[in-house]
Amino acid sequence: MQLTFHVQGGDFTRAGDASSQVKKTLKQLNIDPGVTKRVVVALYEAEVNIVAHAYHGVITADIDPVRILLRLEDEGPGIPDIELAMQRGFSTASAEVREMGFGAGMGLPNILENADQFHIDSVVGKGTTLTIAVNLQPCP
Amino acid sequence: MTLQEVAQLVDGEIVCGTGRAQEFVEYGFASDLMSDVLTQKRSNFLLITGLSNNQAIRTAEMSDAQYILFVRHKKATPDMLSLAADNDMVIIQSPFSMFKAVGILYSAGLRPVY
Repeated sequence: MQLTFHVQGGDFTRAGDASSQVKKTLKQLNIDPGVTKRVVVALYEAEVNIVAHAYHGVITADIDPVRILLRLEDEGPGIPDIELAMQRGFSTASAEVREMGFGAGMGLPNILENADQFHIDSVVGKGTTLTIAVNLQPCP
Repeated sequence: MTLQEVAQLVDGEIVCGTGRAQEFVEYGFASDLMSDVLTQKRSNFLLITGLSNNQAIRTAEMSDAQYILFVRHKKATPDMLSLAADNDMVIIQSPFSMFKAVGILYSAGLRPVY
């Protein structure tokens, strides 16, 4: 099963809509609640990042019997230094984003903590792609 | 303690999910930083926050926190209440500061998540 969502940069009123839909789908599929929470927390942080930093983006969620694979591809300013962006506490978020309760430099570390696999590709001036995988079964 | 007791203790009002007022809540977590809330592994805790916007509702949804207490006179907007109702949440509003609300609830037996 594949789900696709379009996300508009700056639209905080709808930030989280995609994550909410994915959560409802995983619940309908009787996915383990602990796995579901890891998926949607990682996805929600990443979705908020698109709204906070990019112009627009596309989220795809591939759900198969082995794992859930999330891909978040945005057009935006990109990340000049991914290693620095991954550091807990580092943030370039605007005052508006901070007023929304984010922008404390915890988003990417939160995603890493909840993912079994996590990869960032970014080109400055073009955009960023996050790939997040969460296994449905524990690794042997 | 029940959600009704929570509301009474903080001079609050249940503005969404009144039918669930007798449900028990054992743990609480207070923060205005939503990424902090999203780090919590526990589910079904009372989120105590002064951040009154859609992201507070969404964060509670993703965190499996079905109960929210808004402090500092913060009011949920109609959009927030609609979103909360869609997710079967209970919303309580209190005029107390976060410090005062948390102190009272902790003293009354609401447990910290860590």
